[in-house]
Amino acid sequence: MSDHEYAPKSKFGKWFNDRLPLLTLASHLTDYPTPKNLNYWWTFGGILTFCLITQIVTGLTLAMHYIAHVDMAFESVEHIMRDVNYGWLIRYIHANGASMFFLAVYIHIFRSLFYGSYKSPREIIWIIGIIIYLLMMAAAFMGYVLPWGQMSFWGATVITNLFSAIPLVGEGIVNWLWGGYSVDNPTLTRFFTLHYLLPFLILGLVVLHIWALHVPGNNNPVGIDVKKPSKDTVPFHPYIVIKDAFALLMFMIIFAFFVFYSPNILGHADNYIEANPMVTPAHIVPEWYLLPFYAILRSVPDKLLGVIAMLSAILILAALPWLDTSKIRSAVFRPLYKQFYWILVVDVLVLGYVGAMPAEGLYLLIARVATAYYFIHFLIILPVLGFKEKTIPLPLNITEPVLGGMPMASAVKKKESLN
Amino acid sequence: MKNIFKITYLIALILIGATQVNAAEKVDFLKTDWSFKGLFGKFDRGSLQRGYQVYKEVCASCHSMKYLSYRNLFEPGGPEFTEEQAKAIAASFEVNDGPNNDGEMFIRPAKLSDKFVMPFENIKAAQAANGGAYPPDMSVLAKARTGGVDYIYSLLLGYEDAPSGVTLDDGVYYNKYMYGNNIKMAEPLSDGLVEYSDGTTASKEQMAKDVTTFLMWAAEPHLESRHKMGFKAILYLIILTILVYFSMKKIWSRIESEV
Repeated sequence: MSDHEYAPKSKFGKWFNDRLPLLTLASHLTDYPTPKNLNYWWTFGGILTFCLITQIVTGLTLAMHYIAHVDMAFESVEHIMRDVNYGWLIRYIHANGASMFFLAVYIHIFRSLFYGSYKSPREIIWIIGIIIYLLMMAAAFMGYVLPWGQMSFWGATVITNLFSAIPLVGEGIVNWLWGGYSVDNPTLTRFFTLHYLLPFLILGLVVLHIWALHVPGNNNPVGIDVKKPSKDTVPFHPYIVIKDAFALLMFMIIFAFFVFYSPNILGHADNYIEANPMVTPAHIVPEWYLLPFYAILRSVPDKLLGVIAMLSAILILAALPWLDTSKIRSAVFRPLYKQFYWILVVDVLVLGYVGAMPAEGLYLLIARVATAYYFIHFLIILPVLGFKEKTIPLPLNITEPVLGGMPMASAVKKKESLN
Repeated sequence: MKNIFKITYLIALILIGATQVNAAEKVDFLKTDWSFKGLFGKFDRGSLQRGYQVYKEVCASCHSMKYLSYRNLFEPGGPEFTEEQAKAIAASFEVNDGPNNDGEMFIRPAKLSDKFVMPFENIKAAQAANGGAYPPDMSVLAKARTGGVDYIYSLLLGYEDAPSGVTLDDGVYYNKYMYGNNIKMAEPLSDGLVEYSDGTTASKEQMAKDVTTFLMWAAEPHLESRHKMGFKAILYLIILTILVYFSMKKIWSRIESEV
């Protein structure tokens, strides 16, 4: 972080900064040279920070009124909705906030996939990001259990039962997770504890994620290294701050629409029925943002292999910087990769769709094909593509992307259509 | 700039897709015009008050509403009975209280702060009295069924003679909109079943609509303030977004680059 020397003007500032260089840090953050060609897909980092803070603040407030006990959890949520001042607002922001958080993280991840942001020298940023994503899924799953509705209970039962697939010790692990012989009060209290803990772990990892980002600096839509600071970069403040703020506000309008006008549309009606271990709901479905992985889990006929496939589908992303053998970052200059990228996007959407459908007949067949393709994309297509693909020549810098010659003209045109 | 509209559009599209996930089985419910839908949707006070009457006279003998208190009946945004009316309603119920200073339990009339008195002591008692089926608590019922108010409205009007070939057990009825078509609740409504004090004709449809409106309020008592605040919040956000947009244009005009 010693890009440049910063000297506080006041005497006290200097005294303080010599002991704890907070002012140097602030100066680094405001002056941080950022490529000036970042498009709006790059605003989701800021949006995600907003989502995390919103979840933490609303979550803390909810925790002041929530009671983690099987006999009182459902009632305490109703108490929040009815009698706590603006309790309905806080809870609806928190519940819909989870959906908005995942939506933003998916866009953030797919942006990285398109522009090759995970490639050298940004592998550590990427891997920290995958860990954050994993923790987010764990936090969201446990949070969904807390209202102690039917989907909470049965979702928890289905997901924790996955661990029983582990040979020999599986049953023991499941009982250990439950704190008993079924999902019950000990399960609820530990899920609440962990749901409270995970966001702070995520916050810590976000700091590392941003720290690791500030070493090489941002990737950009052209995907070439940028000299910093130079005429290709702008200081983070005010240029990027105002742009992020604008994008965040657009995001908040959609967010607000859901909170105020359709607060329950993303949830399942069954979760307004108090948990009942004697009655199983007709369909047990996870929240929409976990559906692609649910589809992968169900597409494998064997339970253990299904669990392995589901976990691999996430963990394979961590190996992505080495699976993608191409040196070119941005898909703008990789005509073949770009096509495969969009096929992958469709593949994941298809997985999400079949994940919501019953696992039978045609749906199961589609789920299997889509699962197979998901792994083929990462394990076969990406490594081979790096060697075989004829890429478009890269420009010298982002301000003058035109290198001359015909191939570039079309590339620039394509780049513009993306912005 | 085009880019951000594309992204906004994409976000909306994905979210709309996500909302379809829970509506896997599409059923055509009976439609009626609900006053509480839409950006400025509000409850119809008359309908809420009539709905409470239907609930009290018809549903409440089997269905509890344990998360509501009598004070809710006069609070703003609900049926808005007067405080005296709500007190009188509460006083017509008896609650078991105590122990008093002599260590005895005693019966007293309900107060505004009491929760709605339940028709049965516990779930087992409710099941025993209803042929083994538990009449669900109605506090959040309107949110606890796929299809929500449309489903409840349709169910109330969906009783039919069983089609030929379908045999029903004793105490089981045929309903077009019930999951599996078998329901253990006898048809609860019939024309003229209650006598509305405001002179509204108590047709089956009218009662179904009123009681469903009441159930929606019971499930979502702050719906009106939510809609009101939502409009203000979104308007505020839109204005702020426009201001920030022009600030952004101004700031970025210092360098030759497009935002």
